[in-house]
Amino acid sequence: MSINTLLYLSPEIILTVVALVVFALDLIWRERGADRLGWITLSGLVLALVATLALFVPGKQFAVFCGACATQGPVDLANPATLASVKDALYVSDNFTNFFRLIATVAGIIILIGSFEYLRGRTPYRGEFFGLFLLAILAVILMAGSTNLLMIYLSTEFLSYTSYILTGFLRENKKSNEASIKYFFFGAVTSATMLYGMSLFFGATGSLNLPEISEVFRTGLVNTAGSPVHGGSEPLALFALALTLTGIGFKIALVPFHSWSPDAYEGAPTPVTAFLSVGPKAAGFAILMRVFLTGALVYQESWVALLSAVSIITMTLGNIIALTETNVKRLLAYSSIAQAGYMLIGLVGASLDRSNSSTAGISGVLIYLFAYLFTNLGAFLIVIAIENATGAVDVSQYRGMIRRAPFLAAMMVFFFLSLAGIPPTAGFIGKFFVFAAALRTGQGVLAAFGVVNSVISLFYYFRVIRPMFFDAAPDETPIRSSSWLNAGLAIAAAMTLIIALVPTPFVNLATSSMAMFGLAFR
Amino acid sequence: MLTAITFLPVIGAIIILFLPNNRAIKTFAIAWSLIPLIISIVVWVVLPTYPGGYFIYNGCGSAIANASANFHLNECASWIPAINVNYHLGADGISIPLIFLTTLLTTVGLYYSARVINERVREFFFLFLLLETGMLGVFVALDFFLFYIFWEVGLVPMYFLIGIFGHEEDRPQYSAIKFFLYTLAGSVFMLLSIIAIYLNSNPQSFDMTLAMQPGAHPFVNQFINNFSYATLAFIGFFLAFSIKVPLWPFHTWLPDAHTAAPTAGSVVLAGVLLKLGTYGYVRILMSVFPDVFRAAAGIIGTLAVISIVYGALVAMAQTDFKRLIAYSSVNHMGYVILGLAAAAALTPADYKNQNLVNSASTAVNGAVLEMFVHGIITGALFFLVGMLYERTHTRDLKVFGGLGAKVPVYAALLLLASFASLGLPALAGFVAEFLVLRGAYATLTTMSFFAVIGIVLTAAYFLWKVIQRVLLGTLNPTWINLPDLHGYEIITLVPLAILMILIGIYPQWIISTINDASVAILKMIGG
Repeated sequence: MSINTLLYLSPEIILTVVALVVFALDLIWRERGADRLGWITLSGLVLALVATLALFVPGKQFAVFCGACATQGPVDLANPATLASVKDALYVSDNFTNFFRLIATVAGIIILIGSFEYLRGRTPYRGEFFGLFLLAILAVILMAGSTNLLMIYLSTEFLSYTSYILTGFLRENKKSNEASIKYFFFGAVTSATMLYGMSLFFGATGSLNLPEISEVFRTGLVNTAGSPVHGGSEPLALFALALTLTGIGFKIALVPFHSWSPDAYEGAPTPVTAFLSVGPKAAGFAILMRVFLTGALVYQESWVALLSAVSIITMTLGNIIALTETNVKRLLAYSSIAQAGYMLIGLVGASLDRSNSSTAGISGVLIYLFAYLFTNLGAFLIVIAIENATGAVDVSQYRGMIRRAPFLAAMMVFFFLSLAGIPPTAGFIGKFFVFAAALRTGQGVLAAFGVVNSVISLFYYFRVIRPMFFDAAPDETPIRSSSWLNAGLAIAAAMTLIIALVPTPFVNLATSSMAMFGLAFR
Repeated sequence: MLTAITFLPVIGAIIILFLPNNRAIKTFAIAWSLIPLIISIVVWVVLPTYPGGYFIYNGCGSAIANASANFHLNECASWIPAINVNYHLGADGISIPLIFLTTLLTTVGLYYSARVINERVREFFFLFLLLETGMLGVFVALDFFLFYIFWEVGLVPMYFLIGIFGHEEDRPQYSAIKFFLYTLAGSVFMLLSIIAIYLNSNPQSFDMTLAMQPGAHPFVNQFINNFSYATLAFIGFFLAFSIKVPLWPFHTWLPDAHTAAPTAGSVVLAGVLLKLGTYGYVRILMSVFPDVFRAAAGIIGTLAVISIVYGALVAMAQTDFKRLIAYSSVNHMGYVILGLAAAAALTPADYKNQNLVNSASTAVNGAVLEMFVHGIITGALFFLVGMLYERTHTRDLKVFGGLGAKVPVYAALLLLASFASLGLPALAGFVAEFLVLRGAYATLTTMSFFAVIGIVLTAAYFLWKVIQRVLLGTLNPTWINLPDLHGYEIITLVPLAILMILIGIYPQWIISTINDASVAILKMIGG
């Protein structure tokens, strides 16, 4: 493996090294050096972001990593001869992975600068927090790049364990502990189920590799002499898919695997909640696309029905329960459950038309994720800012916020409009693309459910807005938020607006990130 | 030029955020709102000198340029090339009066509000100018995507205007969210219809002018040429527009929102926001889906007549002055829809009969003129209600009486606006309603007959409820010291009063503008 090949892993390597450095320095500096560790963490994330941006390549070039591939390192997708040699890749560094690197590092930066003030005084172990946070970001990226079931499982567990610890990070806080335990138990069960599903894949196809699994499902299993042993078994494949979906659905918080999320969101330190609402969700979608669109592409007519049902239940239930929530963190938990339902619409819309290999749905999901990233983090930064100043996380405590923090209140409206998909916001562009993808493949009913749900969601978003603007404040002390947090907020708001006004670069980014799926669609 | 009109208000809104004090904000907002008003007058005046299909800037290619022959002052640039979204603006004789109406009512509304709004001033003027951009954008957008964005942009400021500045006893928060959710529920289905049009056109495009072209055009829209698909898309638009108009039975948000909104908010809500719906009827339902609209003309016409009669009857039952005026909007919007349905009902065979075509264009002229004059008249009426409320802090029609002698200027203006609204000849309302009924009689004869009953009812509730209860009878001693209108209130109402009389006596200047557009639309539909 040459240095040239390793360059394709530079974001991952940077994050690993910086995380280890942070842990090591934390042992020496202790609490006194936590501020400096925050800086190091931030620069590590920025560095990883820069490396990610440098890795975006215009063509279809990508790098594969595996134990025994004939080709290591950069592969040109345009050359079919080299394609066969990468079928057993463990890990791929393509534009698709890179897109998720972008999401992970940007989310990391925004959350991190939002967490500086929050952590101060809440925990004496800030250094550990920063290190674990970097590892969690790394885990998100590793999930997105995995093309092998074993690698997928390992990276998923990696993300799970770092998330459990981060969720329970406030040791003195009972709710934080409870959240962590609930999260852990739920995660343990679902990941075991997922592992069982993966073992069924192996049993059915003799491979853990998604491109190989896909090929066996399509052509049947052959023995070493080249004669067929048996064809792909659809019921078995669907059963395995459903079990695997359990684990992925847990990460994304799809209904019915969502029940951990409101408790975890409520109990976790708010910056961790923000991370949970973006990081695992994005990574889960990456895996979902890899497994469903590469591994089990041939059965898509069958699993489209499954995913449509999950999508409808997820967005409807998430939205309806959110209607009664008064804790803002729990409300955002249900909101993000519903958001995952909208994203699934795109995945379902991506899959039907293989004849012209339109991937409008996938790019729809990616655009949605990108819009959701900034919008949701923006909303969480405001929750953090208000919690920092007043400790309030309940809707009723948000009364008169326009008087106390006009900037935060106005921004909250903007982000909530974006979450509800009202133009001109990024959320509208995301919704537009997934609904268009659904209509393109004739999923009119699904799209109709989507739009009705976005109307329902507006109601509870504005239940938060209402007291902020219409009611008198209990006390008029202005809320000051740190300039770091304001900077994060400004980035999130600017991006939410820019994606809406100039969507073209982001659409192109999403489109070019799907080059990998050219492999599976041909 | 249209870009300037549309985006100047939002620029002004942003500037307002940085102004130091309330006085500066008020002065600036009023002065700033004059700029779009002046431009809209200029546009109206210079319009005839520009040929149809003239492009100030065209970055969209010849197909769109050829399709835009009915529109003046086009501006077109590619916005999201990946999905062929264009920034395409243009105006015709239907949008021009509505643009003028919007800018006029905004300026007048801001002027009046500068006196009565003294709390949270910055927010009020910011929201109001933001709202203006949303409304103007709808009237000039010729791209479905752009149209949808402007359509939604207006919702949020209106929500806050109602919610923040409404009177506590009118449940403003409830009314505001009801308004928002109702409108949004309609418009999301419009979004699906827009996507459907895009996906089924070849080449795929969001351009309205292309979608308006008859089937023979190189731009083939499978949706619009396939009746059952087109019906689905039509329903999406129909819901969005009918909720906004509002057509019975989609009207239930209206009385709450109108009553709860602050005076200037009600003026713009009734004066302009309702017109977004009727404008959508002309611009999209009629021009893009003529076949479906023709098939549905009977149903829509019936709903319109129900709106007319039902609106009048419910208005008559009101004891709240403002609610009465609100229901009178349901009543009047019915005429607009009736006129449009009558024009849409023409079959291809009918287009060979010039008399029928003339009737149809008369009906469209009447409908569009009704949009304009309703904005002027109902705007004035809401101002008058607001002015009375500022003095008495009640709108209960039972407690007034005999104010005619006490406040003569107020009484004169209220009489003028009421008579204009109920359709007294030589005032604006009469011209519009007469044209609608004259035009509708040719195709929807029975419905026109029932609509005339509505006119009688309208006269009844204005004479009985408004004029008699407020102005005539014995003076309630509570109001013995009621002051008459102040100078600023008169200034607010004078432009509207002048237009009521002017259009009533000499409507030709506005009808000729509208007529060019309605003839062009009918020619396009009839082939």
